[in-house]
Amino acid sequence: MSALLDLFTIVVVLAGAVFFLAGVVGLLRFPDTLSRVHALTKADNVGLGLVVIALLPQAGSMGTGLKLLLVWLLVLLASATVGQLIGRVARRAGPPA
Amino acid sequence: MSLAYILETSLAGLVLGAAAWTILARNAFAASVGFVSYGLLLALVWVLLGAIDVALTEVAIGSGLTGLLLLSAAARLRGTESQAGAGPGKPARVLVALCCATISAALAFVVLSLPEAAPTLAPDAVAALPATGVGNPVTGVLMAFRALDTLLEKAVLVLALVGVWSLAPDGYWGERPDLRLRLADDSVLPFFARTLPPLGVLLGIHLMWTGADAPGGAFQGGTVLAAMWLIVMLAGLRDAPASNALWMRIGLISGPMVFLAVGFIGLLTAGAFLAYPVDYAKPLILLIEVPMLLTIALALGLLVAGPAGPPGSAGGTR
Repeated sequence: MSALLDLFTIVVVLAGAVFFLAGVVGLLRFPDTLSRVHALTKADNVGLGLVVIALLPQAGSMGTGLKLLLVWLLVLLASATVGQLIGRVARRAGPPA
Repeated sequence: MSLAYILETSLAGLVLGAAAWTILARNAFAASVGFVSYGLLLALVWVLLGAIDVALTEVAIGSGLTGLLLLSAAARLRGTESQAGAGPGKPARVLVALCCATISAALAFVVLSLPEAAPTLAPDAVAALPATGVGNPVTGVLMAFRALDTLLEKAVLVLALVGVWSLAPDGYWGERPDLRLRLADDSVLPFFARTLPPLGVLLGIHLMWTGADAPGGAFQGGTVLAAMWLIVMLAGLRDAPASNALWMRIGLISGPMVFLAVGFIGLLTAGAFLAYPVDYAKPLILLIEVPMLLTIALALGLLVAGPAGPPGSAGGTR
């Protein structure tokens, strides 16, 4: 059972890492601010979410697991807010010449 | 080659890379961003070394608050940066680089030439810890064994704030700093500023409370409280206090004043300035930490808020 849970952790962490990688590649390669924000949100929302889900079986206690989930929710709240603010500023500044 | 070795080596490489980026960045904004990531990476190093208290402080103060100060300074300087020209000439830069390299080499030499078991007071501190009643050795050192340093640190914080305030022109005295973000009213920021602070305030107080027995403390907790306050002010839900508001000034000095008062009481009851009577050590430490939390939160928030703005720039629009 624990080997199965470890396998789950490994597979899902790797899946999360793929999203982080995609987010970083997008951040580096996409042409303008809005598409870069769009790429980054994948790393924040899905990538971190997968990593947190992967770590839940390893958390050991209910409290630690809930704290991990709380971290994810807080990052979601913060990144959604910051993403919206950056998008707003970028739109006001107009498209790059 | 173990996995931990690979992790540590790549982390060290990342820290050095972030440091180099911060130094070499072309403009102040990029350098500030580099500095923030450098601080976050450094905090991971502290976690690996088992120094959770230091990691928390590095994230809260070194990376978060200092980063915010640097970013806002960079934003204010943005207009003037391009006019300032190329900066110092080549001889000056080489001289600075040489001085920095010499200092780094000297530091590296000193660290490497330390005896294998470096001189330490840690065993003595841990042995004396039960007398303080707190379980976290870092808090024990900060609040009991080196309480004078902590007291002076708070005084320095208030002095730094006085320094920032004194940058305001005479006519602005008594006005409020204006740090509201001028985004459209339908921005998501006010929602964020209403949602996060209840949790953040809880976390800040928890960090202070838990600091007695686990990593945490008034400084980390105070920084979280200051951050929540700043979010509320940035969103425009509340104005920054006027620079002559009485409640704010009383809050600012409450930490050092209670600390001093307890120190003088120690003179009578325990025979030395800042000595605690053994039976009351922990309650007294907590008594000091609560107003200190207030002082730190106010001072850090007001440091970021900056000097007072022109009259009528803040408030009155809602």
